[in-house]
Amino acid sequence: MTDNPENKSVKRREFIRSSARYTLAIGLGGLGGLALSNAASEKFVWQIDPFLCTQCGRCADECVLSPSAVKCFHAYDLCGYCDLCGGYFKPGVMDLNTGGENQLCPTSAIKRKFVEDPFFQYTIEEDLCIGCAKCVKGCSSFGNGSLHLQINHDLCANCNQCAIAQKCPSKAITRVPEGTPYKVKGDFTNKKA
Amino acid sequence: MKSQILKIAATLGGLFITIVTIAQQRFPRPDFESDYTSPTLETPEPRYGILEYFDVFVLFIVLSLTTWLILKKRSRKGVMYVSLFSLIYFGFYREGCICSIGAIQNVALSMTDSTYAISISALAFFMLPLLFALFAGRVFCGGACPLGAIQDLIILKPIELPVGVRKALGLIPYVYLGLAILFAVTKTDFIICRYDPFVGFFRMDAKFNMLVLGGSLLIIGVFVGRPYCRFLCPYGVLLGWMSGVSKKHLTITPGECIDCKLCERSCPMDAINKPVTEPVSAKKDIRRFIISVAAIPLWMLVGGYLISSSHVYLSKANRTVALAELLIAHPELKSDLTHIDVQTFLSSGQSMEELKKEASAIRQQFYTGGWILGASLGLAFGIIFTRKTIYRQRKDYVPDRVNCVSCARCMSFCPVGKEITVNPSPQITTS
Repeated sequence: MTDNPENKSVKRREFIRSSARYTLAIGLGGLGGLALSNAASEKFVWQIDPFLCTQCGRCADECVLSPSAVKCFHAYDLCGYCDLCGGYFKPGVMDLNTGGENQLCPTSAIKRKFVEDPFFQYTIEEDLCIGCAKCVKGCSSFGNGSLHLQINHDLCANCNQCAIAQKCPSKAITRVPEGTPYKVKGDFTNKKA
Repeated sequence: MKSQILKIAATLGGLFITIVTIAQQRFPRPDFESDYTSPTLETPEPRYGILEYFDVFVLFIVLSLTTWLILKKRSRKGVMYVSLFSLIYFGFYREGCICSIGAIQNVALSMTDSTYAISISALAFFMLPLLFALFAGRVFCGGACPLGAIQDLIILKPIELPVGVRKALGLIPYVYLGLAILFAVTKTDFIICRYDPFVGFFRMDAKFNMLVLGGSLLIIGVFVGRPYCRFLCPYGVLLGWMSGVSKKHLTITPGECIDCKLCERSCPMDAINKPVTEPVSAKKDIRRFIISVAAIPLWMLVGGYLISSSHVYLSKANRTVALAELLIAHPELKSDLTHIDVQTFLSSGQSMEELKKEASAIRQQFYTGGWILGASLGLAFGIIFTRKTIYRQRKDYVPDRVNCVSCARCMSFCPVGKEITVNPSPQITTS
């Protein structure tokens, strides 16, 4: 049987195939081992560093989701509860009231509520927020900077490569460990201190 | 220490939390007279990391199940249901991320960037399908891949593509794979993820150009079986290598092939090799083989030269290089206050020299990477051309191990070992 030339060539082919298979298996194992040496058991998620953010407005447009998974977060601890809020009102408004023409937010996502004279509470209605950072710019220019952008992990699809991070001019969006998924202002500064 | 002081300060009630951010606090938090308490800031948690391991577990089960279905059970229906499950789970439920195809880039990046740590689940998604392919062929494509499943479902009127067209288009994935790795290691972009044509359908949300790409691929997919898998998918290249030398592979027939040709048209991927019996002059064959082997270094040189010499164009995709080029070509843009990238760069405090240095370093990476990529492509193409010169006699219809995606259609067409019931027809009655 073994002397049959056809049988011989089949055997030879099988030998080549199996040696190629073992070579590939070893190569794959090596690659996996090398990658494993630099692997982390933790998952990573994307987040914005509010101190690097320049409020350019791209978060509203570049996210693969529409509306964007980036939302305005309000650090109440940092808020001055101003009557003339730089994040709520357009610059140079005549009347400090909730009239649509006075509001900086294009979708009226910020709700203004009277607390006590002369203080007002500002809350974000997240369903309306598109992450355009107009209020963030206003608040950090004229106020305390308590309004800031964060990626809401309830909404974020956690893409392998964040589309906004690719376009962020200040490289403020990076991978962070899932254990600390937010870089919320106030809270964030407390942790650093 | 500082936090302790803060706690004391807070309990005394004399100070506000303003201390933490003196620089930013223009208007201190008011001391409310009413019993006002500010709302708490909601920070919804991301999906638990442990579920990521559950995804790996699901992938393992799906791959094992598909292997069993094609090798032992020989059931097309079973494979179809498994791939439907994968489409729903990995596609519509997990929204296409995490995926083995994109994981190529994570692995490539983790090889070269020591600051980037790949997550074990992403590594498992990369490795598992390849290991299964070494054992049983491309079971991932047939059962687990949501991109494959969405295309598999819409194959309605498959046409047979001419061999030349098929082979030529089949070279595209090699280039795509090479470019994806080049862009990943230079930290430019993850192009496989960016141009994933079906993820928009999975998320029910996509940019218009991606919708057009995905939609047209699906329309083509009605007539050409799995166009993305065969002519684009970079992971299919790796799977094909593994599957080509796999230990086991699905067989069309459970027993002896009877050359009935029923399976011939069953494969929408044109991945069934027909019997070859005509004799060929061995001498001519050997000469062609030697020429092909000798040409491989030439292919590598040509490939390396071609891609490395286009490194200037390729590196334009990198944002640092693009910004540096823009500012060198148009220095007047520095006074353009509406240009976001330029203004952010100017306010970052980085000098023009530093930017130029950074950009030229990246461009150098593209040049070196271009040589490596071009030479690898030349080697791969050389091997592909050489393999074509090897003449092999084949008696039966067998699946092409490299291109077969284990959809198991051919099995259901094979009549061997099946009880065939023929409708008794009245015309055959003998008188």
